[in-house]
Amino acid sequence: MAEIRVQNLRKAFGDFVAVQDSNFVVEDGEFFVMLGPSGCGKTTTLRMIAGLELPTGGQILLGGDDVTMLRARERDIAFVFQLFALYPHMNVRKNIGFPLLAQGMPSAEIRTRVEETAKLLRIDHLLNKSVSGLAGGDRQRVALGRAIVRRPKCFLMDEPLGTLDTEFRDLMVHELRELHNRIHATTVYVTHDQMEAMSMADKIAVMNHGVIEQFGSPREIYDRPATMFVADFIGSPPMNFLGFGGGLAKGAKEIVVQGAKVAVPEVREDIAPADMALGIRPEHIRFDDASKLRGAIYGTEYLGTTQIVAVETADGIIKARVPAEIRLNAGDHVGLTLNSARLSLFDKGSGRAVRTAVHDTASQGRAQHG
Amino acid sequence: MSLTSAHSVVAPSANSKRIAGAIIIAYALISIVPLLWIFATSFKTPPDSIAYPPKILFQPSIEGYCNLFTTRTRQTPEYINSLGPATGFCDETVRKRNMVIAGPSNFLPRFVNSLIIAFGSTFCAVFLGTLSAYGFSRFKVPLADDLLFFILSTRFMPPIAVAIPIYLMYRELGLSDTALGMILLYTAVNVSLAVWLLKGFIDEIPREYEEAAMIDGYTRLQAFWRTVLPQATTGIAATAIFCLIFAWNEYAFAALLTSGTAQTAPPFIPTIIGEGGQDWPAVAAGTTIFLVPILVFTILLRKQLLRGITFGAVRK
Repeated sequence: MAEIRVQNLRKAFGDFVAVQDSNFVVEDGEFFVMLGPSGCGKTTTLRMIAGLELPTGGQILLGGDDVTMLRARERDIAFVFQLFALYPHMNVRKNIGFPLLAQGMPSAEIRTRVEETAKLLRIDHLLNKSVSGLAGGDRQRVALGRAIVRRPKCFLMDEPLGTLDTEFRDLMVHELRELHNRIHATTVYVTHDQMEAMSMADKIAVMNHGVIEQFGSPREIYDRPATMFVADFIGSPPMNFLGFGGGLAKGAKEIVVQGAKVAVPEVREDIAPADMALGIRPEHIRFDDASKLRGAIYGTEYLGTTQIVAVETADGIIKARVPAEIRLNAGDHVGLTLNSARLSLFDKGSGRAVRTAVHDTASQGRAQHG
Repeated sequence: MSLTSAHSVVAPSANSKRIAGAIIIAYALISIVPLLWIFATSFKTPPDSIAYPPKILFQPSIEGYCNLFTTRTRQTPEYINSLGPATGFCDETVRKRNMVIAGPSNFLPRFVNSLIIAFGSTFCAVFLGTLSAYGFSRFKVPLADDLLFFILSTRFMPPIAVAIPIYLMYRELGLSDTALGMILLYTAVNVSLAVWLLKGFIDEIPREYEEAAMIDGYTRLQAFWRTVLPQATTGIAATAIFCLIFAWNEYAFAALLTSGTAQTAPPFIPTIIGEGGQDWPAVAAGTTIFLVPILVFTILLRKQLLRGITFGAVRK
């Protein structure tokens, strides 16, 4: 196993820049997820780490060695494809043993290794079956088996659960994380599914238009989104934004939104007057008739333990997550109270988050993970 | 009428199945009659083969096959009687017509030429076609579209249109009447078809297979050999059959460019002359034998053709 260090990585296809000056470090044994919408450059980054694409610029270090220009087969990594890429003309045993065959391992040893791996993944009963007849989850396990059988320096996975049914997916998310906890393999996992990312990752990089918008633990990314894109991409429903104008002074603890004063975490930097946005997670909104920040109920979505309430305000619809017991009718006028300690402030122009007391506990996105 | 017997929206109705079946049977009959006629003629005696009205029922004879494989000379009955007993069935047959076997005919070497040239050129065309198709399918080839169009354009005119230049060229190069020359020529004609057919098949095979193999420690060539080729067998088989049929049946170039050592069976068969004109049973016998290899080859590869696209482990 090894650490992966990506420095100023860049990839251009003609005029189109797929990946722009990416920098991140995946520590040894870490489960790292690259998250972003399709076309954001996450798969391209992964393919560059794998050696399937050559970067236009920058460096990739694998366990301290520069592998930027090495061929895929010289990097000692394993890759799990979205479509699994199991060879249809080989059975399960041959598929899993295929990487070992490349190393010229004696067949008796291949046999033992394949059987060990199959046991680990609980697919030992399928070894002599054809891969064509396997169910989605089992195909996924065979693909994983082919990856781990070689004990490579790291695993790269490109949306490996993307084609599975929801039922299998939840199971596999669990299995993948459990497998990771057992073998502690450095893993880079690409997905557009925030639930997968949040539930499995030690670290997440959120990408958009070839740029890493934020790099940090799932908690940091959820609680302290670095940009409006991240705030909007993570969370279901996503973070609400209420616009407000004027600048911010260092030390300010209050802003005015739609004529109502709202307490916010203490601002840590001066911001010249500009269009700003207040970011509120749905679960940080409560209904309180005394509040001056008002809206009308637009609709509700019942989810069992909670409900999502859409409230029409002067600045568009915002969504609140409140206990399911509260009875609400469309058209009711309500007051909104916000959980001041957990609010985010953004500069609308750049989308960048304003530094506030929320960030005091943050440590630049790095560390705090063992 | 009960609901269960209501006709399906997607399955063809019984009537349209019957009509389709009738059309296919009619077509099959029309196609097979000439072949059956040739097969029957090959077992007729020369007088039966040109009898009018044509004979459907006749006394079968293998004289045609005997004549095909031998050359004969006419002798006086006295000379024939002075010979010992006939050494074989053919010997006996030809003696009845006051002839003796003088030696083997050229049919067998011509047939072997056909085998060498047709299978050799098919192998070359499919080999080169597979590699070029893979290249076009997987790599960014500059001007790929133009090149592919150029390759296809070699088939815009009938190959025989360039017969004269090729004849002159081959004479200069010393390729006239050589197996190598014919293999080169048929390969050149077939390779465009092979590239186009195989590119379609290889495009359908996801790249992930080779990428997975390359990450797993194989070189690109090994990955191609172990993951792409096994999945392209259907396409390769289909392409090989098309190439072989062309090379096997080709007449015009063979007639023009080969006359002796490298002559193939198609230009040879019509030249089989018997007594007083064409020896039709021998011609029919040659044609019947000529059909066998292509039949065997097609039947052998039929499984590959019918297997269709494998239900791979890749889900789209």
